[in-house]
Amino acid sequence: MQIEQSILKSEEQILLRLRELYRRYGYSCFKMSKFEEYDLYSRHKNFLVSDHVITFNDVNGKLMALKPDVTLSIVKNYRGGEGGVSRLYYNENVYRVSPRTHGFQEIMQTGLECLGQLTTYHICEVVSLACMSLSAVSEKSVLNISHMGVLSALLERVDLGEEREELLRCVEEKNGDGVKEICRRRQVPERDGELLCYLATAAGSSRELLDRADEMAGAGAVREAIGELRTVVEQVSAMSPVPVQVDFSLVSDMRYYNGIVFQGYVAGVPTGVLRGGQYDQLMEQMGQQASAVGFAVYLDQLERLIPPADYDVDVLLLYDGQDDLQAVCSRAAELIAEGNTVSVQTQRPEKLTCRRVEYVREGGVDHE
Amino acid sequence: MSDLLRIALPKGRLGEKVYQMFDAAGYSCPEILSDTRKLIFENRETGVCFFWVKPSDVAIYVERGAADLGVAGKDILLEYRPEIFELLDLRMGRCRMAVAGKKNFRDDPSKTLRVATKFPNIAGEHYRRQGRDIDIIKLNGSIELAPILDLSDVIVDIVETGKTLLENDLEPFETILPISARLICNRTAYQFRGGEIGAIRSKLKQQVEARA
Repeated sequence: MQIEQSILKSEEQILLRLRELYRRYGYSCFKMSKFEEYDLYSRHKNFLVSDHVITFNDVNGKLMALKPDVTLSIVKNYRGGEGGVSRLYYNENVYRVSPRTHGFQEIMQTGLECLGQLTTYHICEVVSLACMSLSAVSEKSVLNISHMGVLSALLERVDLGEEREELLRCVEEKNGDGVKEICRRRQVPERDGELLCYLATAAGSSRELLDRADEMAGAGAVREAIGELRTVVEQVSAMSPVPVQVDFSLVSDMRYYNGIVFQGYVAGVPTGVLRGGQYDQLMEQMGQQASAVGFAVYLDQLERLIPPADYDVDVLLLYDGQDDLQAVCSRAAELIAEGNTVSVQTQRPEKLTCRRVEYVREGGVDHE
Repeated sequence: MSDLLRIALPKGRLGEKVYQMFDAAGYSCPEILSDTRKLIFENRETGVCFFWVKPSDVAIYVERGAADLGVAGKDILLEYRPEIFELLDLRMGRCRMAVAGKKNFRDDPSKTLRVATKFPNIAGEHYRRQGRDIDIIKLNGSIELAPILDLSDVIVDIVETGKTLLENDLEPFETILPISARLICNRTAYQFRGGEIGAIRSKLKQQVEARA
């Protein structure tokens, strides 16, 4: 039996496309249990999106958790020293507190991780796969990209004290007025303050942004990070099916990401649907002598992308309980064989919508 | 309507002033000021549509993508921390978030401070920074009544002129932060309509700077 793609929900259709994509690039599926020992999350709480985890006691008394994150489990299971890099993809539900609903939510997530002695090629491969993933979701999508080293190197040379988090929030919100105000209060040197403000608010082509930031940065670690970003952007943009846009205001969690970071948007979905980057710090904290880069696609955000069908079924087939049973069965089978969806009823359900109605009557079939 | 840039304005005096800024920037829609039961006001020539919403709801409309742009008070943005871009301080609707209480109130740091407020997150964060133990009493209105009827020791609320406080024998003790209206933007809209949004922001910014 041929299965029509339209029978799948929008996120399921996307998921199939993504699986195929990741498989072609040599990524193998990582399947994990819904539970992990809570200890894993309590030791690495800094790397979780939220402190809240659903816990329960297993029958042996061990404290377990419904997993709030997949990457930690993948890193935990990573065995280095086997040569080459490890390429894994996953499709799992995670359980997190939603900042919007202030309650736990089950979030369907798919993504991939590339772990090992990574080179710039691997970074470019993962960023390219992020672009291709967005393209598989929608023709109208964009990938924003930055390098955490630009901001972190800049913040190392200015003293923001307890206002560091607030400044990062202002950068992330493109709030140039807020950045200026904090820089004024903390007496940040004028040149660094201007650069911070530029990173938060700059708009334009990727090349313009990189050139201008490079000019403003002066020599040192900030410029090195801009150079690394330029290499990746130039390589990925050349082949990407979606626009790749430098956005220095992309402030992903600095405790988690250290190098290239990126975020994907799809027209019609109000928040980002893809997020990823390099997370060598997590690898180090978990005792792994290797680098890692990966991303997650938030499939729960995508269910509204495909508009609902106009009708519940193609044909509503009505009969009055006394009609010839064989005639009803064979007409239903005919319609289904023609590719229609059919609902057989003795009376029209109030809320059922259909393209057309047929009546099985003595002597044949009538159309409405 | 889907091709128009959707702008959520806060109902009330501030919203009307903000609309005048959009009007002066070339995004007119005079019908919006008429006495009508219409909810959405379109101007196809300039490619925008406006709608009035409760001031505290503007950020929700923008965060969830029902509006591409909006104008919301900094108090609401700090209290609810919506995931939006904050593009411009319009320097309108200026006031401050302050701690206030009865004129003769003397704080006893050995006791838990009872704080009545509409802004539990802002108040909580303020006292957390001070390491002070507090009991937050979330109210939805008439905050000034709380210390008068001994429901709370102090209040954390928006103070504009301080007149209401004064008339009720209350006074502000401490400013937590200055408040003003901000131009906010949906994060996805910024990716796909950045040109139009940037043009609006620039024209509003010129007006803000001309006023300064």
